[in-house]
Amino acid sequence: MRVEKGLLYTENHEWLKVEGDKAYIGITDYAQEHLGDIVFVELPEVDAEFDADEGIAVIESVKAVSSVYTPVACTILEVNEELEGAPELLNEDCYANWIALISIKDMDGLNKLMDAEAYEAFCAEQEE
Amino acid sequence: MMSKLIFEKSVPGSNTFSLPSCEVQETLEIPADFMRNEELKLPEVSEVEAVRHFTELSKKAYGVDSGFYPLGSCTMKYNPKVGEWAARLPGFANIHPYQPEETVQGALELIYEMEKMCCEIAGMDRFTLQPAAGAHGEMTGVMIIKAYHKKRGDEKRTKILVPDSAHGTNPATANVVGFDVVEVKSNSRGLVDIEDLKAKMNDEVAGLMLTNPNTLGLFEEEIVTIASIVHEGGGLLYYDGANLNAIMGVCRPGDMGFDIVHLNLHKTFATPHGGGGPGAGPVGVKAHLAEFLPVPVIEKKGDKYVLDYDRPMSIGKVKNFYGNFGVVVKAYTYIKALGRDGLKDVAYNAVLNANYLRHHLSKYYHIPYNRLCKHEFIANSKFQLDKSGITTMDIAKRLLDYGYHPPTVYFPLIVNEALMIEPTETESKERLDGFIKAMAEIAREAEEEPEKVKNAPHTTVVKRIDEVGAARNPIVKWEAGK
Repeated sequence: MRVEKGLLYTENHEWLKVEGDKAYIGITDYAQEHLGDIVFVELPEVDAEFDADEGIAVIESVKAVSSVYTPVACTILEVNEELEGAPELLNEDCYANWIALISIKDMDGLNKLMDAEAYEAFCAEQEE
Repeated sequence: MMSKLIFEKSVPGSNTFSLPSCEVQETLEIPADFMRNEELKLPEVSEVEAVRHFTELSKKAYGVDSGFYPLGSCTMKYNPKVGEWAARLPGFANIHPYQPEETVQGALELIYEMEKMCCEIAGMDRFTLQPAAGAHGEMTGVMIIKAYHKKRGDEKRTKILVPDSAHGTNPATANVVGFDVVEVKSNSRGLVDIEDLKAKMNDEVAGLMLTNPNTLGLFEEEIVTIASIVHEGGGLLYYDGANLNAIMGVCRPGDMGFDIVHLNLHKTFATPHGGGGPGAGPVGVKAHLAEFLPVPVIEKKGDKYVLDYDRPMSIGKVKNFYGNFGVVVKAYTYIKALGRDGLKDVAYNAVLNANYLRHHLSKYYHIPYNRLCKHEFIANSKFQLDKSGITTMDIAKRLLDYGYHPPTVYFPLIVNEALMIEPTETESKERLDGFIKAMAEIAREAEEEPEKVKNAPHTTVVKRIDEVGAARNPIVKWEAGK
């Protein structure tokens, strides 16, 4: 399982790449591996606003349908439209293929997220 | 061999069947715009070829009448044929829903009595038999929850709590009725995490939807505590009746503290299901919610049964007429045939069969919550996956070669690679032993000849299908010659 250094991670297996008060959000290698072959991605609308822990996108695989949650209150700035035509990109490289670029409303909300090391330990625990 | 479509078998001129001329006036006043202006493109085959075509297709179908069908959470029990006899009695089959009440007293009496029996079994005060399926019952129930809070002027309750082990229909239902879904976590024993429930219960929560026993086949031992947390927080408790088979006649959702219940007549009460139904998902409520039930309800006035539409707080109709009446007749027959003690035996034997399988399969497969279960349990492919990369899907596909319908797979979502097995009470020990033998054999193959399992099925008409390709590039239209 691949975990990238320098990103922040959630317990729901999303990653955030924070740049100033913005962040790219995507799903982790652990998530894509457990979901299996991803066949559909439903993206949010640009300018849509979300509270912390609200679902911003829906990912459908052959096994299950799951939501992608934002860990912090945010506004959607951009979405990765490429995923609509090619959902398999999330299986191929889940760190290169972000889902949305968000504007973070509450920077303190980032404090509860894990770094790469803590996330790796968290996943190991989940596997038991 | 793949069957041809009947359109591919069509030979122009082979159908010499002719309809008798019309005996009523043919000139209908349909505007020209809406009239068909070309011949209807129907296949042309002779009578015997039509019979052979559909007989061939029927042989390829698999159902409880052909073999063991341990599809977890679906309660694929045998459907006694006496139910078919009852539903076809002329007094039930040849009546029309628009007939005057006084000419269908027998049918109304059956609905009335069925309501009473459902109340007794579920521990509720009133029932509607209208909903056509479990999820439809859920929708009816959650609409009643909404109506209850609305009447009290408590409209800030916009959330419904659903455990992470719940059937997918629960969050879907809450969403359709306009609620936001908040997930409640399971604890390490596979039961509702009480602390998480407490943390999430507040004055914005309209209610909790719960299945007991849950989808892991485990009884929610803290149900009384769960009920008081939800009630003290001002919410209502909804019982998803999908798993009632495990406790029928032994304990009652109403006594556990549930306010609303749906029953699945096509699961628990042995009416046919699968293949799209029709099913029936009656909904029961405690007395304080009875005013919200769909109209009409059936009342007894003197010795007459009447349809009561005069219920101003009703959520309205949820189905045309009175529900799937034929299904109700079959379930009524089932309950009357078994009686109180018989229904109890159903639950005992459903639980016994599940534990028998769990015990024997635990020699070959990982059982994540390996303790006394109710009507079903979860196994998974952990041993096979770690050793030779065999997934749950591979095992399910290989079971087809052994002539079994596979269990439910990849559900509930909280267990990796889940295989959800529900044998039901109608299977004999010999059948269960046969299934255990097949599962043991597959475990051996996984170790010694894994390719055989990975490439299964080998004996079916259609081999392993490309599910990913089908989902990413669906071809939903058949075209001649393609």
